[in-house]
This record gives sequence, structure tokens and C-alpha cells, in this order.
Amino acid sequence: MTAFSPSRLARRRSGSRLPDRLFRGSSRALAWALVVSLIGLGAMLLVNGWGAFATFGPGFVIGTDWDPVKNIYGALPFIVGTLLSSAIALVIAAPIGLLTAIFLAELAPRRIAIPLTFTIELLAAIPSVVFGLWGVFVLSPFLQSTIEAWAVDTLGWIPIFAGPPFGVGLFAAGVILSIMILPTIVSIAREVIGSIPNSQREAMYALGATRWEVVTRAVLPAARSGIAGAIILGFGRALGETMAVTMVIGNAQRIPQSLFDQAQTIASQIATTFNEAQVGIQTSSLIALGLVLLVITLGLNVAARVLVGRTATGAGGR
Amino acid sequence: MTTPMDTGAEAATRARLTGPRTASRRAVTDRLMRLLALVATLLCVLPLGAVLVFVTINGIGALNIDLLTKAPRALGNGGGALNAIAGTLQMVPLAALIAVPVGVAGGIYVSEFAGARAGRVVRFAADVLVGVPSILIGLFVFTFLVLPFKQFNAFAGSVSLALIMVPVILRTTEEMLGLVPRSLREGALALGIPVWRTVLSVVIPSGLGGILTGVMLALARAMGETAPLLFTALGSRLVNVGDFGRPMDALPLFIYMNARQPYEAQNQQAWGAAFLLMLMVLIINVAVRARTWGRQIGG
Amino acid sequence: MAIKTPVSLNGALNVPEPAAAADRSAPTRPEAFDAVAAMPEQPAPSPKLQIRGLNVFYGTFRAVRDVDLAIPGRSVTAIIGPSGCGKSTFLRTLNRMHELIPGTRVGGSVRLDGADVYAADVDPVELRRLVGMVFQRPNPFPTMSIYDNVVAGVRLTGRRAKSELDGIVESSLRRAALWNEVKDKLKENGTSLSGGQQQRLCIARALAVDPEVILMDEPASALDPIATLRIEELIAELRETYTIVIVTHNMQQAARVSDQTAFFTMGDDRAGYLVEFGPTSRIFTNPQHQLTEDYVSGRFG
Repeated sequence: MTAFSPSRLARRRSGSRLPDRLFRGSSRALAWALVVSLIGLGAMLLVNGWGAFATFGPGFVIGTDWDPVKNIYGALPFIVGTLLSSAIALVIAAPIGLLTAIFLAELAPRRIAIPLTFTIELLAAIPSVVFGLWGVFVLSPFLQSTIEAWAVDTLGWIPIFAGPPFGVGLFAAGVILSIMILPTIVSIAREVIGSIPNSQREAMYALGATRWEVVTRAVLPAARSGIAGAIILGFGRALGETMAVTMVIGNAQRIPQSLFDQAQTIASQIATTFNEAQVGIQTSSLIALGLVLLVITLGLNVAARVLVGRTATGAGGR
Repeated sequence: MTTPMDTGAEAATRARLTGPRTASRRAVTDRLMRLLALVATLLCVLPLGAVLVFVTINGIGALNIDLLTKAPRALGNGGGALNAIAGTLQMVPLAALIAVPVGVAGGIYVSEFAGARAGRVVRFAADVLVGVPSILIGLFVFTFLVLPFKQFNAFAGSVSLALIMVPVILRTTEEMLGLVPRSLREGALALGIPVWRTVLSVVIPSGLGGILTGVMLALARAMGETAPLLFTALGSRLVNVGDFGRPMDALPLFIYMNARQPYEAQNQQAWGAAFLLMLMVLIINVAVRARTWGRQIGG
Repeated sequence: MAIKTPVSLNGALNVPEPAAAADRSAPTRPEAFDAVAAMPEQPAPSPKLQIRGLNVFYGTFRAVRDVDLAIPGRSVTAIIGPSGCGKSTFLRTLNRMHELIPGTRVGGSVRLDGADVYAADVDPVELRRLVGMVFQRPNPFPTMSIYDNVVAGVRLTGRRAKSELDGIVESSLRRAALWNEVKDKLKENGTSLSGGQQQRLCIARALAVDPEVILMDEPASALDPIATLRIEELIAELRETYTIVIVTHNMQQAARVSDQTAFFTMGDDRAGYLVEFGPTSRIFTNPQHQLTEDYVSGRFG
């Protein structure tokens, strides 16, 4: 066996026997079927959504009216709702997630960190619709009677905190999204932080740094692009999340006027109206919405993967 | 300072070692930020734990024999979620039946046959597909499996779920096969065993545990998906057994529909169904992950 | 080259005759105490570092056993021994770096200028500013410039004026014999330097916080011969100002750079212990202990 030269092996492996050719051919076909599906998905959204872009031009993206009666479709309220709810989620989840990742990777003893990490990763598996159910019946009433009521009472004179506190609305959507993307951020950030070589920590300790200084001055700078990737990946997940948001955002087809106002995201608009839509310009507009969502999430995903990959290779080489 | 040490040197060193005043601010920051990290961790676990607790308490309260054995009533209270349970138990296995061969074969292709570039393209496509919002997958399948037939159908639902499972299975298969030592393949090939048998009877079995893990995790994920089913399987009040050409319900759809009803009884059924769904998903996850984690910690 | 080489490696390898060695050391009790007893030639009191009865445990495993050692100030002390003999572990107990590994425990005492570094009220963070460390592999901070690498430790204790930092950077880099090579590219990334330059950068970084003792854990083992030579020259210069403790597996290096040498080995229980300590010239030419002689003459290790 050791007498085999690589080239002979290669020739053998590319053998011309019929069963081998069939096997190889079918596995190749199935692999490329996945690539074709992805391209097909993009093409379908483009072809079927084209009608909306052709009819409304840039007005589709910047228009604020979505009116099936007059057949005018402007997507801005949903684009704004999507970006705002995800931004709220990020503002809450990024710092908490990063600190949690630091705690799990750098500060907690192993016997605490291991079960906690396991639990958090497990909770990432809870279905979106279950979060939604909890969001409707537990989280929203809770937010309404506590944070929202307090904010409207004391900060209500600031426009973004103006009432009424609906409970169900933009803020609740942001909070539930933050809870859902925390496991993503924590587990990737924790892995990135864990991949930073110990020599970096030792170098900082040996200069007389405290534990926290080691984290902020040696570990985090080295892990920064991977952490950015983790956060962007979480953001991407929030943008595309459908069910939980649909259930708690209030489904109001307008640009939200305050933090507690009801709103609608791209995904929730598709989810709630597609089945009742008139085939024609209305379905085309909804599919065009889907295309906008695809472009945003794909762009973020690719960027995040590049960033996480950079830390992994950068740290590994050292 | 000269070499001989006297008590003066000792006192000075002692003073420095026990921390001069300037260090206290740093020590306080250190302790404060570490505490903050702990608080953040609690904040992170707390709501996730709250979901578990509420779903369990409300769900167990809503569980009864009717929920498991009866279809929903058209009017009034009572009835159960049998339509949804039966639907999930049919659509998810069919999805797996489609996704496992495609995913595993795709993984074999990337790991065993593909050139560097083709492998990168397939891998990239799989990673991208994982990141595509699942509602768009529903839209996609709708246009070619529902629209042409003018009929929502369970088959389209299974295909949507399969599209969610395939990239996960493909990536795990490919990664697991990558770990199988080269010598194993070469040994089999050197004995004159054809490539296809080498892969199926030597390579796949050594990566089987990992592939199964990927399949089970993909299955659990598909089981909880709602969005891709909205425009495909649609949901149904009827218990549909075996007719994949017609609409079918599923637990996530059932939860979604009943949570939106203004009636207490329907909401209760949603909690009960959510508990069932969560239980199934978590049991699969715990079983599969505990195994891999045990190996990680042991090794 | 400014090194007063006490003895060449050739000498060290050739001198000890087994027969001559036999009467010198009667290894009835191959323990560290013999070595301590045989040290009257030490310039008596007030060593910079005084180690007494030091034991190190990883969980239940004893990694270092009963070390007694007095390290004089402003000199270079080499620690040699076969791999696994606990010499790196021992080195790390001197500035409590071993505490970063969970489950380690230390018994006995380490005194710096007579002050116990393991006293309850001692802050290890402060200890490490007095007792700095240079590691086996150069580990500059990859996201920092050369300039920022040098002042990384200084910046921990608060903001400083730019002019003061500039002064610290220049003097530290000069003392680390790196200034002329990098003075025109201080803003460049620290990892852009060669391995040897990176290690001198790490030495400059350690010097910048103004320590009194510098621990070096095989600082040249990852470097090429020329870079190694420059590090050795640098150590010879630094001994004028600092107390240096260097762990090395390279006996020639120990012979060339150090004033005194401690030989560690591993016992039957796999715990490392000190066999012999004395002036480097004596350890290499006239060891008192059979184990030392076997090691320096290349018979094991």
C-alpha cells in the first residue's frame, strides 16, 4: 500500500468503471442541485418580483404607502421596521452577548462555564414560534406594564418614548429578537475568544495587568474581527427572523412613530399577507420585498463569514 | 539603590507588592467589570430560562388526552391537536427522506470527488442557504410546487423543510468525512475495492456518528420551522393521513394559528402544542449534543 | 562580544572524568539539601530572591519538590535540566504566573528583597511589575504597533504625556538593542519584525515597566543561531541593571550567559527538584553531584 504513488492512486480513484462513474455522477448532481436551488431561489424572487420594480421604480423602496385597494406598494415602512427591530435587538444583545462570551471563555471556572455554554447552545434550538407564543402572552404584557409604562410616564416628552404603550409593538419585537440572537452571538464570540492563543494573555499578565485588562487589551483586540462577525451574524439572523416577530410586532403597515409603536417587518408582512394577496402586482410586490430581504441578509452573512474566518486564520498562524 | 539589601529595601518592596494607592482604581475596575460580565451572563440565561419555565408550566396545564387524540372542533371549545401532531410526524420524516440522500451525497461529493473550486462553490452555497430567511424558502417552493397545481399541499411543505435540512446535513457530512484518515481510503482502494464501495462501506461508516448528529440536529430544526409551511402545507383543521397532495397541519402552524385567536381555549391549546414541540426538539438536541459534548470534555 | 565566558561548552563536556567524579559526590541521598549545604561560596546574605521549601502542585500531582535557592541580585542565574523537570513551572512561581492555570498550589516561600511574595496582602498584579517575564516564543501583541507594544504595560497604570511615552519607548528599545533597527518604523505592526527582533521587542516591552527582576523562559529556543547570539549579548548587558533568571535547555547558553547555574532534574515521583546550585564555572567544570555531572557531560537529558 505504501508503494502506491499518489498519481497512481489518483488514476485509480478516477477509475472508469461504470458503477464508479454512476456513483460519482449522482453525488455530483445532488451537490449541484443545492447550488441550483439557491440560484433558482434568487432568480425566482428576481423574476416574480420584477413587476413591482418595473411598476414603481425606486418608489418601491422609498414609498411609504402600502395600499392594496389603490394598488400602490411602497416598502419603506417594512424596511424601516425590519432595520429598527433588528437594531434594537442588536443594541441589547451585542453588549450582553459579548460580556457573556467573555465570562464563559475567560472568567468562569470550567465547571460553571461548560454547563452554561451547553444550556445556551441548547436554547438556540427552541423554535421561533415558541418564542413568539411566549412573547405574546408573557413578554409583551410584562414590558407593557413595566418598562414601557415607566418610560412613557417619565420620558414621554421625548418623541421616541411617546405612548401609548401597546406592549405588542416594535420594542417587544426588538426584545424578543435580542433574546433569540443571544445564543448565536455568545457561541460564536466565545469560540473566537477561545481561539486566541494563551501566549497573548500571558504577555499581558506578565506586564502586571489585571484580569479585566488582559481581556480588554490583549484578548478583545486580537479577537475583534471575529467578534464583529458574530455580531453581524446575529444581526442577519434578526433581520430574517419571521414568526416570533410577526406575533409580537403588532402588524401595523406604517412607519413606527415611537419606540413602542406597532410596526411590521419585511418578513412579517410577507407572512401575514401573502396567502390573501391578489395574484398580480400585489404578490409581485411581496416577492420583491423578499428580494430586498434576501439581498440584505446575504450581504451581511457573507461579510460576517469573512470576518470570523479572518480571526480563525489570523490566530491560528501565530 | 545598591546591592546590599537592608530592612529599608524590604519595606519598600513590601509596600509596592501590597499595592500602592494608584492601583486601587484598577483593582476596582477589574472587580466591577468581572461582576458586570457575570450579571450579563445571568441576563442572557434568565429570559431563555423563562421561556423554558413558562412553556413547561402553561403547557403541562394545557395537556390532556384530547389534545393528543382529537382534531380541533370547527365550533366552540374542546378538540385537540391531533391534526398537527400527525402532520409533523408525516411531513418531517418525508423531508428527511428527501434531504438525507441529497445532503449526504452532496457531502460525499465535496469531500471525496470535488476539485478545490467546485468544493468551495458548493460549500459556499450551503453556507448561504443556511443564512437565507426561511420564509423566502417558503415563497420559492410556493412558486413551483403550489402555484402550478393551484393547491396548497403537504409535499411542498416537506420540500421546504428539506431545503432547510440539506445544507446542514451536507456540511456536517463533508466535515465528518474530512476527518476520516486518508490511509483508510487508500487501504481499501489498494485492495481493488471500487470507489463507490470504498466510500459506502469504509468511509461513511467511520464518519457515521457525526453524520447522524448533523441529521438529527437538522431534523430538530425542521420540526420547529413555521414560516416555510405558511405558503406550502398551509395548515388544516382536518387530520390528514397520507394525502400529501392536500394541505396538512403541523405543530408550529398549529401554535401560530391558535396563538392569534382571541379565545382562551385556543391559546391554551397553543401552549400545550408548544410544550410538545419544545419537548421533542430539546430531547433530540440534548441526546445528540450530550454525546458530542461528552467526547469534547473527555478528550 | 561582552561576555566573559566562564567556560566553554567543550570544556564542560571534556573535563569531568567519571573516576574523578566518584569521590566528589557520594549520592547517598540525591536530594536538594545536599546542594544547598554545599554552597558556602555564595556571597552571603540578602539575596534578591530567596526561595525556601518551595513545592508546586497541579491538583494532586507534585510538579516541583522542596526547592531552596538564593538568587543574588544583578546577576544572571540559569536554570538547566532535562525537559519535564519543572524548571519552567519553578520560574513561573517567582512572579506567580503559575496561578493562571487553575488547580495549581504552592507551598513554601519566595522572598523578593526579603518580602514574601506569597503573603496574603500581596497583589500578584503588582508583583509582576517588579518581576517581569519573557516567554519561549515571541508574543508581541498582533494588533499593536511597535511603539504601542513597548508601552503596553506602561499604559496600564494610567495616561502619560506623549513626551514621556516617547522617552520610555526609546530608552526601552535602546536597552533591548533594537532601537536602531526600528526607530524609523515605530508605527508598523509588531508582527512585521523577524523572530529575533520580535523577541527583543518583547524584552523591551518587559523593560518598559521598569522591573527589577526579569524571568526568561527559554527566550531563544524559537530563534535562529544569529538571533540567539544577539539575545545572549543582550542578556550580558542587562545583568548590569537587572536580576535575570533564565530557563534554558541549551547548556552552552547557560555556560555563556550565566553567573550561577541551578540544575534541576526529575525524581522517581516525576516531581522536579533542585540537585545542585553554584557558580556556573563550578557547575560545568567541577560538579558536586553525580546527576549534575551526567547531565552537563551530556550523558542524559
